[in-house]
Amino acid sequence: MLRDLFTNVKKQQAIMPNAKSKSDVPEGIMTKCPECKHVEPTKELGKLLKVCPKCDFHFKMTAQERIDSLMDEGTFVSMDDHLVTENPLEFPAYTAKVKKDAEKTGLNEAVLTGTGKIGGNEVAIAIMDAHFRMGSMGSVVGEKITRAVEKATELGIPLLIFSASGGARMQEGVLSLMQMAKTSVALNRHSEKGLLYISIMTYPTTGGVSASFASVGDINLAEPKALIGFAGRRVIEQTVREKLPEDFQTAEFLLAHGQLDAVVHRVDLQDVLSRIIRLHTKGEAAQ
Amino acid sequence: MKKNMSFEEPIIKLREKIQELKEFTETNEVDLSEEIRNLNNRLIKLENDIYGNMETWERVQVARHPERPTTYDYIGELFEDFIELHGDRAFGDDAAIVGGIGSFEGEPVTIIGHQRGKDTKENVKRTFGMPHPEGYRKALRLMKQAEKFGRPIICMIDTKGAYPGRAAEERGQSEAIARNLVEMASLTVPVISIVIGEGGSGGALALGVANRIYMLEHSTYSVISPEGAASILWKDSAYSKEAAEAMKITAPHLLKMDVIDEIIPEVLGGGHRDPKQQAKNMKTVLTKALSELSKLDADRLVQDRYDKFRKIGVFSE
Ligand SMILES: [Zn+2]
Repeated sequence: MLRDLFTNVKKQQAIMPNAKSKSDVPEGIMTKCPECKHVEPTKELGKLLKVCPKCDFHFKMTAQERIDSLMDEGTFVSMDDHLVTENPLEFPAYTAKVKKDAEKTGLNEAVLTGTGKIGGNEVAIAIMDAHFRMGSMGSVVGEKITRAVEKATELGIPLLIFSASGGARMQEGVLSLMQMAKTSVALNRHSEKGLLYISIMTYPTTGGVSASFASVGDINLAEPKALIGFAGRRVIEQTVREKLPEDFQTAEFLLAHGQLDAVVHRVDLQDVLSRIIRLHTKGEAAQ
Repeated sequence: MKKNMSFEEPIIKLREKIQELKEFTETNEVDLSEEIRNLNNRLIKLENDIYGNMETWERVQVARHPERPTTYDYIGELFEDFIELHGDRAFGDDAAIVGGIGSFEGEPVTIIGHQRGKDTKENVKRTFGMPHPEGYRKALRLMKQAEKFGRPIICMIDTKGAYPGRAAEERGQSEAIARNLVEMASLTVPVISIVIGEGGSGGALALGVANRIYMLEHSTYSVISPEGAASILWKDSAYSKEAAEAMKITAPHLLKMDVIDEIIPEVLGGGHRDPKQQAKNMKTVLTKALSELSKLDADRLVQDRYDKFRKIGVFSE
């Protein structure tokens, strides 16, 4: 059947060439845009940074795809890939679920961290991957991000965090809540040293991630139509029984309400980030 | 909400029985003092058995008891010359967070806490103790003010969580909470947080980046409410009791996980049974903490807070 040619968007794996990831499984040759139903060859969509050529819908990216699309080639060095998630609350099947997503994504947890160059400037970077447990934040995600922040502080370089998260990792209970505080105390030190932190919110940035590091960049950016918010839409509708606008909790909604510096199309992101970083490099802004 | 919690029914019944006998002896010429004494002894034993061995869900009921003392109640018991200070200077005054200045054993302090209502009318006014962004921003304003004047900050945590609503999102609920977490990290004065009731998610943590974190014995502190956890994990909020147990949200659990410093003992059966005594229990701990923290200079206080949160988490490498 023709339908079999299409990739199920939800199950879609890394498209860009990547030796590290274990996503060499055969995938759909064609991808259908969930927004406008346009069908594009998956390979072509990859070249377009996974943005629908007809309606600008931004498909989810894997962490590795972000690296490939943003960082100067061959400069990225990952950190802390060896950290392993435990099961502190002894939640049934938790360990197996984490293991399964690790195999699926080639990551040890829902964030990829490291250092590398963007537009020739050294940065520390943390990229969350919503394909791993919906990008939820448990102890390892919190620890990896904190170490990336500390690395940036130690080296005196800018920090970039790409958020993509459903929020806290329920299965780690209050320990996941405390990761919000852990990352925050580290960010505070980075900031006190006068260093630049750019937060880039992508689909989705919600709950505990939205209510911690994602919202406190010196500059807060978001991708078009990204879902960004603290409480879930359904929870709000149930609590207050009020009709919510169509664009509620989209990047554009946040921009209109003064919560973002800019909404940046993925195609422009590398250039915008390079310029911002350059403008924070004293004496080199003209270069 | 019922004032009597289901698990304490046997105690309530026995108390009623004793009361009946007492009234009977008053109106009749019989001596039942022996029987009453026996029953009183049984009551003490029963109270120790039931109140002394509360399970998670029983503690949740105590933490949510409609008569459980609130921030205002403790302010009245613990501080002299309290003056409430209002507003975030940007949008409004959120009644779900209250704060102000007062003196604790002769020393000026800033006090900030979530504030629930005790009846429906007050709860509507205070959005059930669930703050909007302006509540967190008021809290931060008062913290910065405390820092300027070198006053220690005492926070009382008592919320189901930040208010989930359209206006809250529009005004930046996420940013307001996040900002507090980051700014509290660098406060150069001692910060002490006490969970006095429910500590629900980021909305609670936004008053919780402290040098010392205490929980009242029957309070809870959790990433999500038991109802919320049940509907996510079991797709059914009827499993709240199971979710509460699985999420490990009680004071002993948090002490074991090294998230809190100490448990403040509660009056047998819960703080609502004797708020004055409960405040005394808190006073003892506050006195000790303030005296310890007063020995640390600004840098040490910030470092102490950093170290405290930096080490939280369970993983292997
Ligand atoms: Zn499209």
